[in-house]
Amino acid sequence: MNGFIATLQRELTLAVRHGGDTLAALLFFFVAATLFPLAIGPGPETLARIAPGVVWVCALLSALLPLDRMFGADFDDGALDQLIVSGTAASLIAAAKALAHWLVTGLPLLLAAAPLATMLQMKPASLPVLLTGLALGTAVLSLLGTAAAAIVLGARRGSVLLPVLVLPLATPVLIFGTMAADAAATGLTPRPHLLLLGAFLAACLPLCPLAAGAALRAAVD
Amino acid sequence: MDASTPITSRPPRGRLLHRFANPGRFLRLAARVQPFLTWPALAFTLAGVVGGLFLSPADYQQGDAVRIMYIHVPAAWLASQGYASLAAASLVSLVWRHPLADLAAVEIGPVGAAVTALCLVTGSLWGKPMWGTWWVWDARLTSVLVLFFLYLGHIMLVRAFDDPERGYKAGAILALIGAVDLPIIKYSVDWWNTLHQPASITLTGAPTIAGSLLWPLALTTLGLTLGFWAVVTARLRAAVMERRIRSLLGAQAAAA
Repeated sequence: MNGFIATLQRELTLAVRHGGDTLAALLFFFVAATLFPLAIGPGPETLARIAPGVVWVCALLSALLPLDRMFGADFDDGALDQLIVSGTAASLIAAAKALAHWLVTGLPLLLAAAPLATMLQMKPASLPVLLTGLALGTAVLSLLGTAAAAIVLGARRGSVLLPVLVLPLATPVLIFGTMAADAAATGLTPRPHLLLLGAFLAACLPLCPLAAGAALRAAVD
Repeated sequence: MDASTPITSRPPRGRLLHRFANPGRFLRLAARVQPFLTWPALAFTLAGVVGGLFLSPADYQQGDAVRIMYIHVPAAWLASQGYASLAAASLVSLVWRHPLADLAAVEIGPVGAAVTALCLVTGSLWGKPMWGTWWVWDARLTSVLVLFFLYLGHIMLVRAFDDPERGYKAGAILALIGAVDLPIIKYSVDWWNTLHQPASITLTGAPTIAGSLLWPLALTTLGLTLGFWAVVTARLRAAVMERRIRSLLGAQAAAA
């Protein structure tokens, strides 16, 4: 457990020191979402209809951006070997990395999603549901992304491969998340969608760090 | 463990699983099995296609387009069966580190992706006359499309490493994640579809398949399934021989 906390502290310190890298994903989130009104037209009804989907897709894509360097930097400079031989289980290291990714990328995305959804004419009443869904969904994405980042470690064109691997696996997140927001917008209860999203998170919570740990051990062999 | 281990090294004896880890034994057996897969596959597929195209009647609702089903349905079955085999091979390779399972996972991937593509293309060809459009975001179409993406991701991943052993391991972990995730994807897509498109076009009300349409389907299913495994076996044999040649060349280069 000490290793978990130490890894988490290290990741957070690194994220603070490299503030620019941390904010890049957030900036991408804003820029990408701004393209949709420009491409589709500023009509408030159309925008309100597509707002949850746009926010969700842009959040998924921007959460992918930092994954490439999640283990990549440590792998290149040898720090990963030190982490693996430190005695902390590889899956715990992966879990710490996933938590750090969520705190550094998922949480800011969540904060940025509220003004963005408002700009896309989403009704304020359905905002809490969108944000709850995003909170669960970005956590799932951090976990799935950690596993995929560990799997592609050392691969050629790993950064291109990563989204191709993660996005099909993340389709349930997108579906449950957007449906919860849609249900709230049409006055239905978003509860089943959010519960399913929570169930998916509960399944990923133990499984993804395990898979990531196995992949990390294979990478430093 | 590493790629330079001579492939002739003897596996531990007495365990059934490891009997065929000996590439020589596998090659001898596979060479004997191959004709029993290839020729019946061709014969059954040919008989089924001839039966489906010329001998069986057209459907009273779907007309001649129903004949696409004789390829489409077996392709759809094989697509999911292929991913299940991929996951099974990955499990064996992770748990028992079976060298043939590694190669099997690598070789099943492209064949599975090919049948999945065949399923999507024939489905699209069927959809044009039946539904009036090449593509519908129907639950089954969408989940097969995601399955196709999973296959492609696996194929790209296992070939993206300079050290093949790393590729096998990464691919095996990915295939297992995919196998766990696939039922969830299927479920979520089904649910998404029923809530988003209540009036999706289905064949509800169509009669259960008549015998005159069924027998060519049985023949093509048998033929294409055997064909799938014939191609996988042939690819596996080629992969084992390729590894053998590479290690022979390596040994020669080391001796020189």
